Amino acid sequence: MSRIGVFICHCGTNIGGVVNVPEVVEAARHMPLVVFADENKYTCSEVGQASIRNAIAEHKLDRVVIASCSPRMHENTFRRTVAAAGINPYLLEMANIREHCSWVHSDSRDATSKAIDLVRMAVSKVARHEALFPRQIGLTKRALIIGGGVTGIQAALDIAAAGHEVVLVEKEPSIGGRMAQLDKTFPTLDCSACILTPKMVDVAQHPNITLLSYSEVVDVRGFVGNFEVDILRKAKMVDYDKCTGCGLCWQACPEKIPSEFNLGLGYRTAIYIPFAQAVPNKPVIDIANCRYENYRRWKETEQGPEPPQCRICEGVCPTEAIDRTQRDEIITEKFGAIIVTTGFKTFDHSVYGEYGSGKYPDVISSLQLERLMSAAGPTEGEVLRPSDGAHPRSVVFIQCVGSRDDKVNRPYCSKVCCMYTAKHAIMLKEHDPDVQCYVFYIDIRAGGKDFEEFARRAQDETGALYLRGRVSQIYQKDGKLVVLGEDSLMGRPVEITADLVVLATGMEASENAAEVAQKLNISYNAYNFLIEAHPKLRPVETQTDGIFIAGAAVGPRDIPDCVAHGSAAAVKAVALLSQDSLTTDPLTSVVDPMKCVGCFACREVCPFNAVEEQTTRDGRIIASINESVCKGCGLCVVACRPGAINLRGFTNQQLLSEVLTLVGR
Amino acid sequence: MPDLKTIIPEPDNNLLSFVRTHTGQNISACYQCGKCSAGCPTAYAMDIGPRQVMRAIQLGLRDEILNSSAIWLCVSCQTCSVRCPREIDIAQVMESLRLLSQSEGRPPAQREILVFHRAFLQQVRVFGRLYEVGLGIMYNLRSMHFFNNIKRLPSLFAKKKLHLIPQRTKGAAEVRRIASRVKELEREFK
Amino acid sequence: MAQVKPDTGKQEPGRIYSYYPGCSQLATAEEYDVSARLVSRKLGIELRELENWICCGASAAHSTDHLLSLALPANTLKQAEEKGLPLAVPCAMCFSRLKFALHELENKDTRELVSRAIGKDVSTDVTVEPMLKILADDDIAIPLEKPLAGLKVACYYGCLLVRPPEVVNFDDAENPQTMERLMQKLGAEPVEWGLKTSCCGAGVAFPRLDVVLKLSYRILSLAKERGADCVAVACPMCHANLDMYQKDMKAKYGQKLDLPVLYFTQLMGLALGFSPRELLLNRHITNPLPMLRRKGLI
Repeated sequence: MSRIGVFICHCGTNIGGVVNVPEVVEAARHMPLVVFADENKYTCSEVGQASIRNAIAEHKLDRVVIASCSPRMHENTFRRTVAAAGINPYLLEMANIREHCSWVHSDSRDATSKAIDLVRMAVSKVARHEALFPRQIGLTKRALIIGGGVTGIQAALDIAAAGHEVVLVEKEPSIGGRMAQLDKTFPTLDCSACILTPKMVDVAQHPNITLLSYSEVVDVRGFVGNFEVDILRKAKMVDYDKCTGCGLCWQACPEKIPSEFNLGLGYRTAIYIPFAQAVPNKPVIDIANCRYENYRRWKETEQGPEPPQCRICEGVCPTEAIDRTQRDEIITEKFGAIIVTTGFKTFDHSVYGEYGSGKYPDVISSLQLERLMSAAGPTEGEVLRPSDGAHPRSVVFIQCVGSRDDKVNRPYCSKVCCMYTAKHAIMLKEHDPDVQCYVFYIDIRAGGKDFEEFARRAQDETGALYLRGRVSQIYQKDGKLVVLGEDSLMGRPVEITADLVVLATGMEASENAAEVAQKLNISYNAYNFLIEAHPKLRPVETQTDGIFIAGAAVGPRDIPDCVAHGSAAAVKAVALLSQDSLTTDPLTSVVDPMKCVGCFACREVCPFNAVEEQTTRDGRIIASINESVCKGCGLCVVACRPGAINLRGFTNQQLLSEVLTLVGR
Repeated sequence: MPDLKTIIPEPDNNLLSFVRTHTGQNISACYQCGKCSAGCPTAYAMDIGPRQVMRAIQLGLRDEILNSSAIWLCVSCQTCSVRCPREIDIAQVMESLRLLSQSEGRPPAQREILVFHRAFLQQVRVFGRLYEVGLGIMYNLRSMHFFNNIKRLPSLFAKKKLHLIPQRTKGAAEVRRIASRVKELEREFK
Repeated sequence: MAQVKPDTGKQEPGRIYSYYPGCSQLATAEEYDVSARLVSRKLGIELRELENWICCGASAAHSTDHLLSLALPANTLKQAEEKGLPLAVPCAMCFSRLKFALHELENKDTRELVSRAIGKDVSTDVTVEPMLKILADDDIAIPLEKPLAGLKVACYYGCLLVRPPEVVNFDDAENPQTMERLMQKLGAEPVEWGLKTSCCGAGVAFPRLDVVLKLSYRILSLAKERGADCVAVACPMCHANLDMYQKDMKAKYGQKLDLPVLYFTQLMGLALGFSPRELLLNRHITNPLPMLRRKGLI
């Protein structure tokens, strides 16, 4: 016969001020199987916990009910308390008489009566509890990082420094992400490539880091500590073991394609590295645009005129590194932890018809201006008008393009644009002291360290004219651009004829962010930004154990925040990988193989892909729950038609007993 | 009783709530970015621009708005409404303020514009369709700008742009019937 | 996005329409009406004018009396519904008022009230199309007698044909292309320019000519700077504002514009072989004939 102990908490006056605790204690003493009942001022305190341990020993209790706050608060604590007294921690049930009772009712009579009901239900449930035991499972001590921008790079370096293996997967031919495209960074005006490339080189050289460039994640299976990932290694057509990165091939390649890295402002070749400091510093062949590959495609059908065979790159390569036998291949690797750092892209301003639909050559985006200002860029650091190559004398900046705008479905603020526009105003003045800048803004957001001072420098020291008001339209006239705006502080319309207009385009999630999230089964919001487990307290974790997120993929943020985020995610991964085994939560579903008919309705509803197949000895294929992945949500229990599934800790019998007790039977 | 606050303005001491009910627009959403004023073709001529009108509604500055030239110089070109990032139909708001000002009997800040509208409708009531010569005459008389456009008359007649004889149509009676029924209905709902 | 996609519903281009000319077509914009009818007949489109149609109310009604501004177009909608044909509307203001009425009449209470006002049961089961859309339809073949070779046209839409997109549902509110495509079909060269939907000053010409001068001058001078030989319009109000005051603009701004403003239907008429006299090209204040002669088009 069970010996149940009931402990009612006052929680100061939180409970005690509304519920008549002594009355509840007295009622509990008379409940079936209860041999001891008592009250505590603060059960969670050291004193309270000690009193429980003592009562267990003294009265030889074997099950415990604690009536206090929500289990979300202290269930783990109380499990440890009863375990310390020798009882299986799952022979505990909590009755929530605070959030569900004293905090939501004011009438003491009613609240007390409800509290008694809640305790009675808990008693009848705990009587039917079973002892449960968590399992230990093994893990793969390797981390996978998806996305090789500064966040991914930082995370990789931190995990590697902690002594664990890391694989960094990047879909472009080089790592570096958006930061590699920047000229200078605010507020220090450091050269972006100069501070980033050392880290990029470290990634390439660190013995613990394997860099898989020009590769993408195509499938993810498994669970925390035991992920299995298929990675697509795209064919580079270059043998990296032989290639020395000498550059003769891309200097000789005749095919010119608009450069993605330079955002269409310059050209690259078909065999190329995206930028001079690329890591790996070895080229790939863009198969879609390579002349010889085009010839090979023609050879398959021989339809139409014969294109040139080219192969100039092979001709000039001193080490015979071009390898046209390469094909895309998929490799499968195992990992214990995954960090998603897929970064961001800039908003495409061609949806704004009023700003020229992206067709005016002298209306450019902020990132395009970065490329113009960069000494390694298409104009070697000269800021020139794309239309005629002249130096602009008057430049208009428009902030909040694709941000804070319901109309284009981007209501959020992109956080960095006020700062980088200030940077642009300062930099342009350095490039050309005669230039006149105008900045149209709605608000100036400069919340970081030294940011306000930096923004003020742009406004106070460069002669840039800051005008508060959103621009309504830009049109071309006489080879220049007429900008129609308003200075709302004076309340007057403003018309400026500019040589160049720079749109401060907002940050949005990368093109394939949603696709990657779906492969990993992690959540993302309406704007494809990944969702944290808790926005305040768990910024780098997801709801899925073992998968972490970091950087601009989670929301608009600047480089220092991204780097911090990357390190934070790395620590979480390292904490995971440093364990020798993982403990699973025993509150999982379990399938009764005698009742299961193999309909797999449970698999349809399981949000965590925890349902697997198993073959019984008599050849039936039935469901089985992977206890490491199962989160105990209970959907399968409800979906199961033969009633074959039960959720440990919340079995049908336990829950039904609560209901029956409540209605007095 | 149908809910007709969106057609027949119900005077409301609270300006913000009047505009909300009459237009259904969320005025509080306006964050004063100024895109409306920036693109408004007639803002340069207004005493306060559309953005300031929105601000004035938020602050309940009834007299300032209803006596302003803004609500009269707005030509309903809809540029503001199409570009507003908070998706507020500003042109509709201006219209409701125009109607409210008239329902309160306030003299319009741009007298001639209302004179023009009234002269226009008067012609339509008489002839069922706009008789342009009649409009010109009526406008000049009522606005007391007697010689407005006189210098254009020779070339307009020479180019046969003005027909002295108005077209007669049975539609005229229809218009008068409709106009009087409209008046009755408005009285009924006030 | 709130922008409504242009209406490209590929129905069979209807060949018979009810026709609602609007008041300006009687006098100051008679050339629009005449050229529209000539061109439609040539292209096999039948326009049946509504009998005893009444004024749509224009700006005057909606600025002074909301219920009246719905009732007047509702009467026209009723007439159109009774005829059972889609309604062709040349004037952009009439088009706009009819579309706004349709939009508001979606509401049941509004429908009831307006029905009482006009004494008939209003329905919204009517299709209203602007003349530009009908004549520029991609499926209509235009038998060119005289291609407008070398004619650079700035296509000007004004406000009411394209805004607000959720009411008028026609082309794009910032960069429409219907007229440009039509001009290309006629052999002309449309110029790309940024003020094609910028307001000309609308109905304030009488009370505030200074506003119309400023706005229309900006439009005309950009069209000229962009190399246009003429401006094509689809709205009688825009036509008047752009055509009638070029001498005033010269006096005020010191630039001689001499930029003819033509209805797109007149350009279609020329290309289809009609004479300038038939198309009433002599009615314009800014004479287009010298330019057309220079271009070898007449």
